[in-house]
Amino acid sequence: MQQSIEAVKLTKKYGSFTALSDLNLKLEGAKCIGFLGPNGAGKTTTLKLFTDMIRPSEGHAMINGIDVHSNKRSALSSCAALIETPEIYPSLTPMEALSMIAEIRGVPSEEQGKRIEESLSEVKMLEWKDKKVGKFSKGMKQRVNIASVLISDPDIIMLDEPTTGLDPRGMSEVREIVKSLKRKNRLIFMSSHLLNEVTDVCDEVAMIDHGKLLAYDTISNVILKFSENGSNVIEIGFSRIIDDSIMAEIGKLSNVKRASKIDETNIRIEISGDIKVQEELLYELARMKIGMISFKPSASALENTYLNMIKEAL
Amino acid sequence: MSNHKIPSSIAQTFTITKFELLNYFRSRRFIIMLGIGVIIGALLTLLVGHYRPSGFLTSSIDFYSSWWGTSATYIVILSGIFFGGDAISGEFQNKTGYFTVGNPIRRSSIYAGKWFAAFIASFMIIVAFLAITVLNNFYYFGFNMPYQFLESFLFTVLYLISVLGLTFFFSSLFKSSSIAILTTVVLMLFAFSLIQNLIDAFVHIEPWFLITYGAGIIGNILTVPYPLHTSTVHFGHVAITSYAVTVPEGIAILAAYFIVTAILGLVLFERKEFN
Ligand SMILES: Nc1ncnc2c1ncn2[C@@H]1O[C@H](COP(=O)(O)OP(=O)(O)OP(=O)(O)O)[C@@H](O)[C@H]1O
Ligand SMILES: [Mg+2]
Repeated sequence: MQQSIEAVKLTKKYGSFTALSDLNLKLEGAKCIGFLGPNGAGKTTTLKLFTDMIRPSEGHAMINGIDVHSNKRSALSSCAALIETPEIYPSLTPMEALSMIAEIRGVPSEEQGKRIEESLSEVKMLEWKDKKVGKFSKGMKQRVNIASVLISDPDIIMLDEPTTGLDPRGMSEVREIVKSLKRKNRLIFMSSHLLNEVTDVCDEVAMIDHGKLLAYDTISNVILKFSENGSNVIEIGFSRIIDDSIMAEIGKLSNVKRASKIDETNIRIEISGDIKVQEELLYELARMKIGMISFKPSASALENTYLNMIKEAL
Repeated sequence: MSNHKIPSSIAQTFTITKFELLNYFRSRRFIIMLGIGVIIGALLTLLVGHYRPSGFLTSSIDFYSSWWGTSATYIVILSGIFFGGDAISGEFQNKTGYFTVGNPIRRSSIYAGKWFAAFIASFMIIVAFLAITVLNNFYYFGFNMPYQFLESFLFTVLYLISVLGLTFFFSSLFKSSSIAILTTVVLMLFAFSLIQNLIDAFVHIEPWFLITYGAGIIGNILTVPYPLHTSTVHFGHVAITSYAVTVPEGIAILAAYFIVTAILGLVLFERKEFN
């Protein structure tokens, strides 16, 4: 069975205020889904419903088909989450705090030490394993929190703005961790305000505002669907300097509307068409053997789409 | 897929207890409370040693009555506040709950696990105070353990269970730790005894609804013979009746307080939202 997260008519009201309104969303398989929306959109609310930290007013939050509220222990048995910024008892060490989580989650005791050390070294906190958490900086605490999610090697991972409080290196390390989880066939649902983060690590996006789901699709389809002129922007990186003759050749490829340089080795192309067109284009570019090393939807295109969408929703 | 079998709820409860205890021992909380217990014991030791009050020194049982019968309840209340006062509210206020509650564990396991930890920590304080008490008794009367004192000790443990039920209930009721602690302090140290005094003075009914009245068995059992259930004193035409709790009554009151507050506290915690 494929791992899945599913919201069925999921609604959360605070008095007369609706923080989340009739969310229907099924996320399935091994991929990373970005969860985007402005402040107060309802992202944290959604993730809290999926961990039974709050109760739905209506509807169900399901993990692997099991209702989280009525059957929390089995629903969360293969899912770990990091919601907002939890605090750890200040007098405990990362080693101890993580052993507690490992024990709760049933990591066999003979594996615990190894798992904890691996998780801590993934977040570069191994040398701090026996220091008290109370003395840690915000970013160091968040790294331990991330390690706590990795400890049981769960199939499903939910992260609420995981890179908050981290320095740029920490942010990129966390992105690498998320990418490596994806390679291990995990399903990751991650809220973020950082559009470049989402384009970098996620395959799909769900956009939400005022408690309503606006879109859920692959990043390029979302950009295509919601961009102003029905085009899609892709950023391509090369291992060598791109000269004008190569630019001209790229410009001639079918479906390429416009190609422009970002810098010596990176270009931005505007294409018309969906994922199929992208696939062909990637093939064509690879065949040209011009040292292409990256090909991804443009973060700024996603940003424009995002801003358009929020404007429309207002 | 490398997902693990989730341990039983009971095993998870004891995991919580274990790390909660570790936290008590690591943070200064346990050592401070132990210090308070030892200081009270040391002060009593000095006072009795220096002034040799006759109430303490006529017999072994009188000694226990004057010593344990008057101070054990305070040790219980202080431990209850120290270890239970913010047990649940702190999880919300300090966001430490965010670290545990999103895991495959029942909230009742978290509640019960923390309760057991508070019980074990308080019990250790009481045993320390017990040791000081027994050593003093040994100094004056040689080895001597009236069975009433054993009973009194068991009642003290029952009172501890009951007080922790109550403090956990308040810590579950309020999201703010300071309000939870303040409520418990005011109720346990002032309000209940004030109400009891007022009832004694003016209303003349049996205050069976007060936990502190139930705790009367701790001291009463050390009074030989056991005090009369009701005693009436006449002032001119006015007759004043006062009540001494009987053992079965006291046990029932303490047990009822524990059962009711434990259920309410658990229900509140189950329903409380992390936001
Ligand atoms: N306990 C509460 N009582 C009333 N309203 C609440 C409560 N908790 C959240 N809300 C409201 O619900 C809405 C959604 O909040 P939520 O925390 O889910 O937003 P978010 O998308 O995570 O925002 P951010 O990007 O700022 O983290 C907000 O308008 C917030 O004010
Ligand atoms: Mg949020």
